[in-house]
Amino acid sequence: MTELYSRQRAMRNMRKAALQRGVIAVLDVGTSKIACLVLRFDGPERLAGEDGVGSLAGQSTFRVIGAATTRSRGMRFGEVDTMSETERAIRTALQAAQKMADQRVDHVIVGFAGARVRSYGLAGSIDLEGAAVSEQDVAQVLAACDMPDIGEGRDVLHAQPVNFALDHRTGLLDPRGQIGNRLSVDMHMLTVDGTAVQNLLRCIKRCDLEVAGLASAAYVAGISTLVEDEQELGAACIDMGGSITSISIFMKKHMIYADSVRLGGDHITLDISKGLQVPMSVAERLKTLNGGAVATGMDDREIIELGGNTGDWEHDRRTASRAELIGIMRPRIEEILEEVRLRLDAAGFECLPSQQIVLTGGGSQIPGLDGLAARILGNSVRLGRPLRVQGLPQATTGAAFSGVVGLALFAAHPQDEWWDFRIPAERYPARSLRRAVKWFRDNW
Amino acid sequence: MRPLNARDSAAPPRRDPAPSRLAYRLHRLWLTPLFRALLRVGLPIVALALAAGFYLSDQARRENLQAWLAEQRRAFEQRPEFMVRLMAIDGASPGLDADIRAAVPLDFPLSSFDLDLDAIRSAIAEIDAVAAVSVRVRPGGVLQVAVSERKPAVVWRGQEEILLLDGTGHRVTALMARAERPDLPLITGRGADRAVPEALALLEALAPVGQRVRGLVRMGERRWDVALDRNQRILLPEDDPVTALERVLVLDGSTEMLARDISVIDMRNPERPTVRLGPGALEGLRMINMIELEEGTANQ
Repeated sequence: MTELYSRQRAMRNMRKAALQRGVIAVLDVGTSKIACLVLRFDGPERLAGEDGVGSLAGQSTFRVIGAATTRSRGMRFGEVDTMSETERAIRTALQAAQKMADQRVDHVIVGFAGARVRSYGLAGSIDLEGAAVSEQDVAQVLAACDMPDIGEGRDVLHAQPVNFALDHRTGLLDPRGQIGNRLSVDMHMLTVDGTAVQNLLRCIKRCDLEVAGLASAAYVAGISTLVEDEQELGAACIDMGGSITSISIFMKKHMIYADSVRLGGDHITLDISKGLQVPMSVAERLKTLNGGAVATGMDDREIIELGGNTGDWEHDRRTASRAELIGIMRPRIEEILEEVRLRLDAAGFECLPSQQIVLTGGGSQIPGLDGLAARILGNSVRLGRPLRVQGLPQATTGAAFSGVVGLALFAAHPQDEWWDFRIPAERYPARSLRRAVKWFRDNW
Repeated sequence: MRPLNARDSAAPPRRDPAPSRLAYRLHRLWLTPLFRALLRVGLPIVALALAAGFYLSDQARRENLQAWLAEQRRAFEQRPEFMVRLMAIDGASPGLDADIRAAVPLDFPLSSFDLDLDAIRSAIAEIDAVAAVSVRVRPGGVLQVAVSERKPAVVWRGQEEILLLDGTGHRVTALMARAERPDLPLITGRGADRAVPEALALLEALAPVGQRVRGLVRMGERRWDVALDRNQRILLPEDDPVTALERVLVLDGSTEMLARDISVIDMRNPERPTVRLGPGALEGLRMINMIELEEGTANQ
């Protein structure tokens, strides 16, 4: 536990150092693409408004000076499959972004969707010694949370206190300085598969970069896509990626649940490839150009050339109607959405005051998806695009880039996590000094 | 299993869009600001320094270069717009003019770069008759020398020579004989040249008896004697000699003292002016005294 604590702390310090230098990169490693942004931090906000609220809710402290996207290689289900290939893909993206920024980047914040995220709700409480809650008390109550059995070889990725309660009052965001007898906390913990993270970190390290933070794609997609009232009242962000569909539920501006479905756009492509007997690249093109979720009568008449270069005239001149294509895609989309529905039901999403669902990610760009999703997931479904940040190129403002934009926001304003508080004094591993004092007291 | 190593496969590998590790690292190095500055500024400087060093390492080349530089410099300095053709002297009498030309032996035409104006100025200023001098090169190639001459005020008969001095006591020129400048008053005595302003003040005060003054004598380098004709002398005190002299002149105005047979009027102690009678007057006084003595005894 302390090892994880120190590692996360080291990453936070790295992030601080990067902000001091003013340049940091964010890297979204996905199954279908790797996106990289280079951010420049100009210190205090220059565009601050008069009424105390900064532009873009205080997110305009940075500016995107380099952006690059490359096709992902050697990744499967959001995890590293072939390390050298992944490393090359990361290198491609980073070099292009650095070239655009005309600046060398040494620190990177990494987001990834895979590694089997699992979400836990933790609770802990302590009796307060003094009258007012101090920072030390907050650290103690966080440490007092009972640790569930997260399984062998799993690491904690996020551990965010989401709610504080002081005696009978709950829903406190910051209990410090308030008076009470008993302080309790609800904490949301996200664990991931340790080896998958290690592999990814190794790829980054082979590119001569220092990792200044790790984030789950589900979380960062949520913070970039959900608008403020959605985050406040309760909403689910569904990031439909290449081969992982990540779900994150936000409430009171905190992520309270995250999960992932190991199905995504690549599976739709694979279905098309199998169903129409075309290569994957052609299937991908068909999906993005002609795909859809809802077939209409017009689609029967729209004939698509499938093409091919086998030399067999019959084979190369095959055609399919758009309705056929949609007929292949739709069951897979429904399957994905039903899986998402199951996860949301398991998380108790229907108990939230507002049940807004926001679809984002590259997969959400299928025409007609919002109608289909409304039928499966509930009435209030919208398609989300990432928040606009300064200097973001037009090409990277689409729904597929909500993860990387969310990482940029995460880099600028990370939420307080468990390791941002000091370790309670009695938990220090180095108790030698205290022991020495005790020995002196006993013997002299 | 397919071969993992691409080199073993017969087919040429497809072009990889990813940069190689080396290319990636070099690109990052190139983006490092310090390295970039070093390469863009440091490297050319080092290369130039090396090239220059290699070129200059040969003695003959170095000498050639120096000769060429000297030649270029000389050619530039010899351009007609920098040449000085004559020297014009303002404010000097013909004698002084000749002296200045002798003191500054320049053979024109001459480049103005070769003129050392400071040296010329100090050489001219060393001539005694020159009070102040300004030297400049006027457009048109003229070396303009403006001189203000010293005005001789007194003739000083020193130990060996007769000199003309100006109002401040500075030497103007030497004279062969006093008679060359009969218009100027004469002073003499050791150290007289250092008290010329005082002497001039005295001479001014002596204007009423101007015709009779033969000169001033500096005594013991501290006070003045006024020498009049008929071997008369006025001994003046060290302090405030002009007042003392004026008292003598007032006495002269009332009693015509200077016209009498008095050889010395001693004013050295202003409280007690003393006169020394001439030999004839002394004899006369003694005779008068004798007569009065005889008359006195006869009356008894």
